[in-house]
Amino acid sequence: MAMLEVEDLNVRFYTEDGVVKATNDLSYQIEAGERFGVVGESGAGKSVTSLAVMRLIEEPGVIESGSIRFKGRDLLELSAEEMREIRGNEISMIFQDAETALNPAYTVGEQIAEAVRLHLDMGEEAARERTIELLDSVGIPDPVERYSDYPHQFSGGMQQRAVIAMALSCDPELIIADEPTTALDVTIEAQILELLEDVTEEFDTAIQLITHDLGVVAEFCDRVMVMYAGHPVEMAPVENIYYDPQHPYTVGLMSSIPRIGDERDRLDTIPGRMPDLIEMPSGCNFHPRCPYAEQGCTRTEPRLVDVSSGQPADTDAHLQHSAACLAHTGELTGGLDYTVTVDGQESGGAAQAGGGDE
Amino acid sequence: MSSDEPLIRVEGLTKHYESDSGFLSRLLGERKWVKAVDGISFEIHEGETLGLVGESGCGKSTTGRTILQLEEPTEGSVYYRGQDITGMSDSELRELRKEMQIIFQNPQSSLNPRLTVNDIIGEALDIHGMATGQSRDEQIKDLLERVGLNASHANRYPNEFSGGQLQRIGIARALAVDPDFIVCDEPVSALDVSVQAQILNLLMDLQDEYGISYLFIAHDLSVVEHIADQIAVMYLGEIAEMGTPRELFSPPQHPYTEALLSAIPEPDPGWETDRVILEGSVPSPIDPPSGCKFHTRCPRVIPPEEFSLPQEEWRAVLYLRNRVAEGGLNVELIEAELDDDGPGAVQGAIREDCGLPEQLSDPEAERLVGDALADIVEAAPEPVETGLEEAFTSPCTAENPALHDIDGGQAACHLFDERYVDDPATAPQAEPPGAED
Repeated sequence: MAMLEVEDLNVRFYTEDGVVKATNDLSYQIEAGERFGVVGESGAGKSVTSLAVMRLIEEPGVIESGSIRFKGRDLLELSAEEMREIRGNEISMIFQDAETALNPAYTVGEQIAEAVRLHLDMGEEAARERTIELLDSVGIPDPVERYSDYPHQFSGGMQQRAVIAMALSCDPELIIADEPTTALDVTIEAQILELLEDVTEEFDTAIQLITHDLGVVAEFCDRVMVMYAGHPVEMAPVENIYYDPQHPYTVGLMSSIPRIGDERDRLDTIPGRMPDLIEMPSGCNFHPRCPYAEQGCTRTEPRLVDVSSGQPADTDAHLQHSAACLAHTGELTGGLDYTVTVDGQESGGAAQAGGGDE
Repeated sequence: MSSDEPLIRVEGLTKHYESDSGFLSRLLGERKWVKAVDGISFEIHEGETLGLVGESGCGKSTTGRTILQLEEPTEGSVYYRGQDITGMSDSELRELRKEMQIIFQNPQSSLNPRLTVNDIIGEALDIHGMATGQSRDEQIKDLLERVGLNASHANRYPNEFSGGQLQRIGIARALAVDPDFIVCDEPVSALDVSVQAQILNLLMDLQDEYGISYLFIAHDLSVVEHIADQIAVMYLGEIAEMGTPRELFSPPQHPYTEALLSAIPEPDPGWETDRVILEGSVPSPIDPPSGCKFHTRCPRVIPPEEFSLPQEEWRAVLYLRNRVAEGGLNVELIEAELDDDGPGAVQGAIREDCGLPEQLSDPEAERLVGDALADIVEAAPEPVETGLEEAFTSPCTAENPALHDIDGGQAACHLFDERYVDDPATAPQAEPPGAED
């Protein structure tokens, strides 16, 4: 049994314009101590997925069906009180924007100490000491002094460190990090990623890392799920995703990033944009943008299948490489025509997927 | 390089803002200045792109806005086709806007939501009286098609478009007056990667077709490398290094460029790096560090000649020195944290805090640091004259390096100065601390 098991999750938002299908039959698992990446562009359903795990979906959104089991307990069956126990204690969250995650009216130390007091049932003095330890462990210099600083006195990177300290305060087993470094400068991003790597290793914490940045995923994650329009389109250990992508969308994403040392004059692009989640294209949602789309793709919705056998994907099999494309069930007559080249490090390039339709 | 006279020449451009320091301190005459841009010079030739990169607050956007005279420079000049535009009158500047345009980062907030696309793009044509009636509409349709949008969407409002499409509208608006030069201020930072690639390709196509020059401002080195002919790396209002992408990305490099480059997460799980992680964050531009502005974070500060200290120990001494000089060492707080508050224990705690070893490898340096620590602890909480600042000086703390020619491009770093270092690439004392292989 994996630590987190999400099964057939369907989240819907009932808006005036229609029903937004934010996630569709989404299933995935995270093992204890694993670093699981969720990748996709805006509107792919990444953040909704993590909010659903925390049961933080708000009106007009609802979790329509599916189950989310954490260590065997279905989170969707818990009372609000029980869920609050889980949040912070066992699963905690780091948001993109640290500045809004911190309350500007309280000092950074007080906010973390409050979480410690509430969840760990500590007295004030003990909570203060634990907080100073935490601030120190996330690399905040002069933690005693900075305890009484207000959030605005912290730089962006320091604020994110404080948020990480808060997320760690109760020694959770799973941290959901939603674009934790997107708002930061690249030198600060490197610091924060290193910190997350250290603390998750030290406390053997699992991480669900949500990001649009393929570089961050390659660096940080063990396993990756690529999402498109509320669907998982590909899931595999990180090396497979980068060196042997099996979904045209993943290939398109990889070849559209500019890289230092690559000599291409033009970047490959994915034409068009993510569909409106209210009126999704029929069949495969990606077909209007896919260079390999055929008639069949407009009619048949591909299932997530094991790429080698073509059999339905098994979420229990963590080393499986699965993708949702008709090419893997033999229903695509033309097949996928692209090549992946992995350059040596000397030339400065690495895995680079080129579209093969030119 | 296309012609002798560059399209844009920037000389000693400086922009200082008065920091918002409140009524009382203004009354007392305590004015503080934010040195956003501090004396930078560069050229952009016709049909070329200069990429300007750096972290938040390094002054790159201010540079772009000051070149366009959207902000008045504090000092320095901007030449457009050899003509100084810094002292121009409003009407002259208005004429100049036909030649120089800008594209902003956030198309949602830079396009008026109450105007149709037709009016957003047409506004520029109206202001300059460039087209009316039928020909105006035709020009707008033509512009929309040039940037890859459907001409029949001219009567729609901004909220009917996606982020990438809005950025295309922003580009069409800039193109309307047929400019020679466009400042692109983080034009792709808010876009998804697949859309970002579309916009980068569009900008490059337009350059090929119309010979437009760009000042391309971005924080993402890999994007800039892709689009730029020349790159300038900025740090705290100054240019740290400048050159072609090839020059910039091959060693020897300015330590800041090296760190920026190594911080980019590579989209390759098998990638092995000796990552240089910079400590701390960019200091405040109100009171930038003395000497080389990067020395407080630089992993390759030149050690003083008098001592033989490994880089790691030297950096720890430097950290202590700078902290004492800034009055940032709070001995009382350190004491409060300790169970044993004897002077030895307190000194030990300070050493640990600064990353100083129990014994520095240079005996003379050890004597100076040991004495200083003893004085500090004894005099606490009163500040004390330690002599550390005078004892430990290096070219990096004393003198701000100027941008000068190096082997491939230009850099502002003493490592490339023969007076201090023989060979920047092999200088043994300049190894990064804890370099992991």
